[in-house]
Amino acid sequence: MALIECKNVHAGYGGMNILNGVNMAIESSEIGVIVGPNGAGKSTTLKAIFGLLTVSEGSIELRGDDISNLAPDKLVHKGMGFVPQEHNVFVSMTVEENLEMGAFIRRDDFSYMLERVYSFFPDLKDKRRQPAGELSGGQRQMVAMGRALMVEPSLLLLDEPTAGLSPLYMNEIFERVIAINESGVGVLMVEQNAKQALRIAHKGFVLAAGKNRFTDTGQNLLNDPEVAKSFLGG
Amino acid sequence: MQLPKKDIILFSLLAALILIVFASQGSAYSVRVLAEASCYAILALGLSIQWGYAGLFNAGIMGFVALGGFITMLFSFPTNDDFWNTDLPGQLGGVGLKAILSVAIVYGLTQLKRLGVSKKIRLPVIIIASAILYLWVVTSLGPVAEAIESEAGFIGGLGLPVWVGWLVGGAIAGGIAYFIGHICLGLRSDYLAIATLGIAEIIKAFLKNADWLTRGTLTVSPLPWPVPQAGEIGFVAARASYLSLTAVLIAVIYFLLYRAYNAPWGRTMRAIRDNENSSAAMGKDINRRRLEVFILGSVLMGIGGAALVTFNGIFDPSGFLPLNHTFLVWVMVILGGAGNNKGTIFGAVFIYIIWTMSEPAALFMIDVARTLGDAWFGWQAPGDLDSRALQARVFVIGLIISLVLRYAPKGLFPEKVAHHA
Amino acid sequence: MNEFIFFFNSVIISGAVIGSIYAIGAIGVTLVFGILRFAHFAHADMMTLGAFLVLILTALFPAVGPAIGLPTAFVMMPVAMVATAFIAVGIDKMFYKKLRENNVKPVVMVMASVGVTLMLQGLIRFFAGTGTQSLYIDDRKAIFRIDLPFESASRNLVITEPQILLFVFLAFAVVSLHLFLNKSRLGKAMRAMSDNPDLAKVSGINTNTVVGVTWIIAGALACAAGTLLSLDVTLKPDLSFMILLPIFAAAIVGGVGHPYGALAGGFVVGMTETLAVFNWTFVLRPLEKAIPALDLPNTLAFVPTEYKITIPFFILLAILIWRPTGLFKGKII
Repeated sequence: MALIECKNVHAGYGGMNILNGVNMAIESSEIGVIVGPNGAGKSTTLKAIFGLLTVSEGSIELRGDDISNLAPDKLVHKGMGFVPQEHNVFVSMTVEENLEMGAFIRRDDFSYMLERVYSFFPDLKDKRRQPAGELSGGQRQMVAMGRALMVEPSLLLLDEPTAGLSPLYMNEIFERVIAINESGVGVLMVEQNAKQALRIAHKGFVLAAGKNRFTDTGQNLLNDPEVAKSFLGG
Repeated sequence: MQLPKKDIILFSLLAALILIVFASQGSAYSVRVLAEASCYAILALGLSIQWGYAGLFNAGIMGFVALGGFITMLFSFPTNDDFWNTDLPGQLGGVGLKAILSVAIVYGLTQLKRLGVSKKIRLPVIIIASAILYLWVVTSLGPVAEAIESEAGFIGGLGLPVWVGWLVGGAIAGGIAYFIGHICLGLRSDYLAIATLGIAEIIKAFLKNADWLTRGTLTVSPLPWPVPQAGEIGFVAARASYLSLTAVLIAVIYFLLYRAYNAPWGRTMRAIRDNENSSAAMGKDINRRRLEVFILGSVLMGIGGAALVTFNGIFDPSGFLPLNHTFLVWVMVILGGAGNNKGTIFGAVFIYIIWTMSEPAALFMIDVARTLGDAWFGWQAPGDLDSRALQARVFVIGLIISLVLRYAPKGLFPEKVAHHA
Repeated sequence: MNEFIFFFNSVIISGAVIGSIYAIGAIGVTLVFGILRFAHFAHADMMTLGAFLVLILTALFPAVGPAIGLPTAFVMMPVAMVATAFIAVGIDKMFYKKLRENNVKPVVMVMASVGVTLMLQGLIRFFAGTGTQSLYIDDRKAIFRIDLPFESASRNLVITEPQILLFVFLAFAVVSLHLFLNKSRLGKAMRAMSDNPDLAKVSGINTNTVVGVTWIIAGALACAAGTLLSLDVTLKPDLSFMILLPIFAAAIVGGVGHPYGALAGGFVVGMTETLAVFNWTFVLRPLEKAIPALDLPNTLAFVPTEYKITIPFFILLAILIWRPTGLFKGKII
């Protein structure tokens, strides 16, 4: 049974569908990467999975449970974490408070989880008392990912985690994603930097016009001349 | 333009309501209610375009009404010879000159930067100079104002035709709206609500306390009418001719709004209302358009206020109430359908009749309650129960607002809004 | 010296008193602004409502205060605060919740709060009458006159019991609120939601709980502000529109969504009001002796008392022109 599976998902805002049949499945040991041109419905897919817009047809299953159209806070309880692309930290709160907010639903002692997040992102440990709004873009992204990890999710959804970052930070973020995945968290992410992202992907999904165009392993997609020509800029 | 069935039914109900009022209250009273309702309809049209076209929250309609009423009193009331035949006008002019001089000095100080005076020095200088000049003008106005009050009562009017007062009242209301809108329209929408609430209180405070100008709580009456008054042709005829005048005014405003609505200006307005982001992306200057709508609506409120005060025949600064002159108009607009002029006029007439009729109805119900309570339980009602009941009608206004927002947010005559994804 | 004491009594103490009232009200308004993102026009009537609940409780148990040695109304205040908090939550459930779920624009919420304010006014006037009432039923307002150890000072410093209670309550409320917002899980969630509501939602924060807590705090503080104001002066049902403008001004001056800003804003507005209507002639009299050429008028105030209502408005305009985010950089403009 797949960790997360989208079956023929149609979804959109207020009656207008942006997704017209998206299919994807990943296991908890895998990193899935969604790529595609602007307006293909990449971020929309993540939002549909995370209950932020209405799924009108098809279904989304987490370990076989139908979770389509569940509210975001319910999904957090079910073990999903979501990192939006923009405005993904509480700027007026300290790094540690951001992480604590990620653990809002936990009533147990989660201090070990704080330590684990700091071991993933050592930069953050020194800045734990600093407001997140004062951090650099890359560090904010780390705070945002750390926040989502606080509930020990089985699936992490990342919306363009490297958008606007320098190549140096981009590589660091990708390394962290691999480390997080190796600790047993399934990752599904949307990426603009398609080539680099597909390199670390176990599965790749190329979307166009709200549908899968290609679905294969990351490596195969990179090697597919047609994908390369139309979607990876030659 | 075809009339849908719902519109026909609603307007027939309104006509029936009016007939009931005529049958039960007599025509002199009923025509008065209708004439007042027509003045409210002008106010409501002003609010309807502000709220319905541009989503502007004006919580200070009362201020614009009071201003329109004051200006029309100032222009149309007969001249006061006790004032003009003394040296008081000269003294008042002197104060005016001092004020102009002060403004000029402060303006001059703001231009010091041309001489290379740094901001650190400029700002305190300007603030201190403004404070001193302000005190200078205010303290010199004080004795003059007192002299006017003791010797002449107040400065009186200018004795000009009534319609001049209405127009200038509208224009000045528009000027105030420009001032407020200019500051608030780029900011959060709630800030305009707060600011208009404030300006209304200020206008009221000023009119109530500037006795030399308005006679304050002594009130000014009788105000001249633009049509023959009751003394000449009787109550019904006089009120009916006033009503026909305001009806013509409403028709003209309706027609002009209809034209503007279908002109490029109206299309831009609707595009902004329906989808603010895409209009901004298309390079439309949203705040500029909003400011225009805010001014236009406030001009109508000034005129409507002038018409209302003229009809009442008395200028009483303490008679302007946020409840009657702001929130009653709000209920009219949101019940009728914001942005829909037909619905707004319907709402104005309907709500005004209900509001007027609720007074005797509330008193009647209280009376019944008092009699029954006394007979059955020996209940001794508080002495001020009548005034309590009248003031408690606020509750109904609030309830209607809540119910309409919840169950019929577009009102009885919904304005069609295009939906873009 | 006497001039200074006069100034202290009529500006510093009065300004601090009214400033504290504004601050307590403005903190509630700013929290609602921050969490629910609209200007809550019914706040002032919630203050009146709270004060009337205190009045009812005081009338029912007039002997409690004298037994403890505090004004009965002040002893009853915590009970009324709890009641007002529940009423605030109920009002939200009945009138705001559905609109919020329909994602209406903030101005529609403002309109809804106007509807609520009118209903509250109607109810208060119907059940409590329209006249002025005193919260002192079986007890009297204690006034302390403090002699100053200076030879030249013949005047006393004057402060009343409710004024002292007001300052004590304000300090207590600010410290508790500070601890709540910075140390407790729910308090932090409130800050998070005020900072970024969408992110709060995807973090799994239960936004309904946060909204409920916000109303509880806002309602309780509104009741306290109304009661303390009525203890200092008197209780009138039509106090609301007068107090609404200064409270909004205080919240915006401080920076919307910023509780400490609201505290500062309350004092700024209160002090400015008092300074503006203060008659400077009294303080400047000694100067007149020194400089005979100076002829002071009998009243030299920036603003006549009857125009006091204009002051918060001009403060508001000034802040909107020069610094719309407020002194403390509010987040939403």
